[in-house]
Amino acid sequence: MAILKDKKVVIIGDRDGIPGPAIAACVESAGGEVVFSSTECFV
Amino acid sequence: MNAVIKGASYILAHVPGMVIHNGSTQITERIVNPESEYLKQLPEHLRSYTQAVEYWPNQVYIGNKTPGELAEVEFPYYDKPLAGADRYGKFGEIMPEEEFLLLMQCADVFDVLLLEKGFVAAHKDALAADPIITEDIVARIKEGADQADIERFVNEEHAEGLYAGGKLVGCVKRAHDIDVNLNAEVMHENLVNKASNTLALLYAVRNAGIEKDDVEYVIDCSEEACGDMNQRGGGNFAKAAAEIAGLSHATGSDTRGFCAGPSHAVVEAAALVKAGAYKTVAVTGGGCTAKLGMNGKDHVKKGLPALEDCLGGFCVILSANDGVSPEVNLDILGRHTVGTGSAPQNVIGSLVADPLERNGLKITDIDKYSPEMQNPDITKPAGAGDVPQANYKMIAALAVKRGELEKKDLATFASKHGLVGFAPTQGHIPSGVPYIGFAREDIMAGRIKNAMIIGKGSLFLGRMTNLFDGVSFVIQANTAGDSEEGGVSESKVRSMIADAMKEFAAVLMAKE
Amino acid sequence: MDLENQRRVKEFAEKYGPENVVVVLGASEGEAAGLAAETVTAGDPTFAGPLTGVQLGLTVYHVCEPEIKEEFDPDVYEDQISMMEMVLDVDDIVNEMSAIRDEYCKYL
Repeated sequence: MAILKDKKVVIIGDRDGIPGPAIAACVESAGGEVVFSSTECFV
Repeated sequence: MNAVIKGASYILAHVPGMVIHNGSTQITERIVNPESEYLKQLPEHLRSYTQAVEYWPNQVYIGNKTPGELAEVEFPYYDKPLAGADRYGKFGEIMPEEEFLLLMQCADVFDVLLLEKGFVAAHKDALAADPIITEDIVARIKEGADQADIERFVNEEHAEGLYAGGKLVGCVKRAHDIDVNLNAEVMHENLVNKASNTLALLYAVRNAGIEKDDVEYVIDCSEEACGDMNQRGGGNFAKAAAEIAGLSHATGSDTRGFCAGPSHAVVEAAALVKAGAYKTVAVTGGGCTAKLGMNGKDHVKKGLPALEDCLGGFCVILSANDGVSPEVNLDILGRHTVGTGSAPQNVIGSLVADPLERNGLKITDIDKYSPEMQNPDITKPAGAGDVPQANYKMIAALAVKRGELEKKDLATFASKHGLVGFAPTQGHIPSGVPYIGFAREDIMAGRIKNAMIIGKGSLFLGRMTNLFDGVSFVIQANTAGDSEEGGVSESKVRSMIADAMKEFAAVLMAKE
Repeated sequence: MDLENQRRVKEFAEKYGPENVVVVLGASEGEAAGLAAETVTAGDPTFAGPLTGVQLGLTVYHVCEPEIKEEFDPDVYEDQISMMEMVLDVDDIVNEMSAIRDEYCKYL
């Protein structure tokens, strides 16, 4: 069973890893519904 | 002619008292978890002033050691003190908290900062003995207040306490009863920024070998906001600090862009100088109280010292081309645009590969890259990794992708074209600019021919946009003497054009 | 994890049902990824945020993990993320994430 398809997806990106919008583009391509996308910053 | 880097300064202030009372991590913890183990343990993890001075990355920041020497030190750095290290370095100094509180008092022109009389008397001479602190600044020191008044302001009037050696020695009062933009916390944060900015300006003028009156414009690129409820970010920390530093002939303004602010500001300053609007411009950034102890929970949990105990400041002086100093090449500007997106390869492409390609250069044509120079001693235990190394890996990966670097050279790219991180996690302070002082020296000594400074900013933290930001520029050896070595100077081009025009005119006349 | 982000995660789990929510992370290190994963499954290990003591057990992956990567459009992944595989320690991230999922995820 697919992990992302038709799921409500919460994205916690990282400024020095992968930022939220880049993850969101991937998740949408897999049929997930992005309900929240944020990017954290530790520096 | 391109503007030149005339000099740079880098200063720290060791403020353990502010780590506890003013760092946002600690403020948040006191609200959500006032009895937490972390708050109880933190004081035992604070470093002494001597420990902060003997800390390798701090010694690199103020210029007593080089990033190259730090690269030879075995990681981690916190347990390898540099015994007998000096408070003063060629770029600046590490000021103790007591003296910094007095400097904040000097920076306060609205009598919102009170220091206890005995405290002022005990430490006034120490600040006056600092060679960079001029008499006009010492003259601003006030006699001080009674302890009872300070306690009353803290306990009854929402004043922000000032601490040294664990004792209440003063306070910053609110500057307005209702306006939150002028409350004690904000006034404290802004006075810290102003005082550290002032110190950076003083050292930069000295290091550039210019007079205070030579500075015509100051750009502050910190991340604080000053204003009141009708203009919350009204600004001009630049002019406020320039006043205390005694730069009477300077005007100024603030530039903001989160951590990318300093790089934006240097580009603006270089453009102002190149355009002839101002002959000498200072780009300055002060310290940030909120980020003190930002990753303290991880440091304490892992038994490390609370390494984020210093405020940082820097200043770069740009001036009209002197024929000697390294230049800012405004033809090679990296820009993260609205359309660039946030994919890491696009970000680094827009900042590194694209501007070089536009100028016919390859990634390997730049000798040193200075991206975000956060000290990994601080970031690695906090799970944020080694930020400069991650940037070098990205740049190298991009170079391989573009066929400009052999895959086998991927691993050595960072040591050849990179630096180890040595700057405190003070937001804008580590962002590209900490290397400018060394870059100037390295280029003038012929050790490298150029360097790219890269600033990045997390605009999304302000909840106004999801966009990322970044800007880069290249510093290169002075080109004024190139004409003698076969290059073409501006005056040579002018005379060639004039000759061509004459010939053209002669041809036209002959036809008639 | 940022306190505001914890609050939002909690709200979404309540609104849509925890079995319908998937959390995708972009952390730069295995340890940080593990801590974030722990936060949305077993509760905030730093005892600071709204998820302290809240065992949501949400399904959580790092964006570079193979199971989730194979669901993405390969071209989109190539454009947005692929280069970071050369930068991140993906094996370490996978190890940390799998350990947390095996222990705390309730909806796999």
